[in-house]
Amino acid sequence: MTEMFSGEVNLVHMATIAALACVSVLARCLFFISDSEWTLPDWAQRGLRYAPMAALCAVIAPEVVMSQGHLIHTLQDARLYGVVAAMAYFFLRRGVGQVVLGAIVCGMAVYLPLHIGLGW
Amino acid sequence: MGFWRTLIRHPEFRLGFAEMAAVAPGIAAWGLMTGVAMVKSGMGTLEALFMAATVFAGSAQLAAIPLLLAGAPVWVILATAFCVNLRFVVFSAHMRSYVMHLPMRLRLLTGYLTGDLTYVLFIKQHPQPATDEAGRFGQVAYLLGNGSINWFSWTASSLLGVVLANFIPTSWGLGFAGILALVGMTCSLASSRLRWVAGGVAGCAGVAAFALPMKLNILVAIAAAVALCLLLEKTPWGRMPQPRAH
Repeated sequence: MTEMFSGEVNLVHMATIAALACVSVLARCLFFISDSEWTLPDWAQRGLRYAPMAALCAVIAPEVVMSQGHLIHTLQDARLYGVVAAMAYFFLRRGVGQVVLGAIVCGMAVYLPLHIGLGW
Repeated sequence: MGFWRTLIRHPEFRLGFAEMAAVAPGIAAWGLMTGVAMVKSGMGTLEALFMAATVFAGSAQLAAIPLLLAGAPVWVILATAFCVNLRFVVFSAHMRSYVMHLPMRLRLLTGYLTGDLTYVLFIKQHPQPATDEAGRFGQVAYLLGNGSINWFSWTASSLLGVVLANFIPTSWGLGFAGILALVGMTCSLASSRLRWVAGGVAGCAGVAAFALPMKLNILVAIAAAVALCLLLEKTPWGRMPQPRAH
């Protein structure tokens, strides 16, 4: 029978994990900490408008076209078709309604059969 | 407590909550597989549960675990996690003018709850900081409504993933739903020509710079995309009339 619980508790590990939670807060709040009057320069304000789009694409692209740190050299990869299906769903529905959820479901409906069934 | 009651009943709280709830299944599948991956990489169950319940940063967690298990010095582990989280420092610079009217502990709470998708949805909904008190309160309500359901669906599903780790094979690829949630969000942002450029440049740079340690490729990609778009804004091509960002 497979064990559901495993491993021991190491106090140094637990303290490090607590510190990691503090790192999450520190990174996300770094510019909230100082109370002094200070605003971003104008060019930075304008530039940050592109940051959400850039951050998302920088996270997504390697997860879709790379495997084990290398660019894939095959079209037999279920992730490609999953992403194409999700984007097609989104733009055919013109972004109306619960379209992001629909895109996730549609993408998974293409991805899972290819991935589990064909091993892509 | 009056503040919280008013906040939770605010229409913006519900809007933020609803917009994130729409992608919560994708987040949950991703959180589940992160919980599974934590245990599969050799972490004990109780430690993994503690991490899943508190850290709320998937990529930083997965980067820290091998170092933790290999007995790396604590400062190396923390510095690595911070570098993986550097994109959030950029987000915090952007979010500063929205939260500075709050007392410190609320600033820290909203910051902690502002993951990638909450930041993206919030900036899309509120491109400019409000100038009056009611507007500022509404923006904080949106942020907390959005961040709280994101935190809950991610954390609850990670905890479940830790507990069920030995019964769910990673080979199913359920975690891909998280990537699709990001893809859907990206499509909803792609409302102008320069946004497409930003996405394309960042995607290519993220792949090209992938060999950099500690996920610094993401920071390089953001910097490259922002710099190029700032340059293109000054050209006639970049200034062409564009559909309004919604």
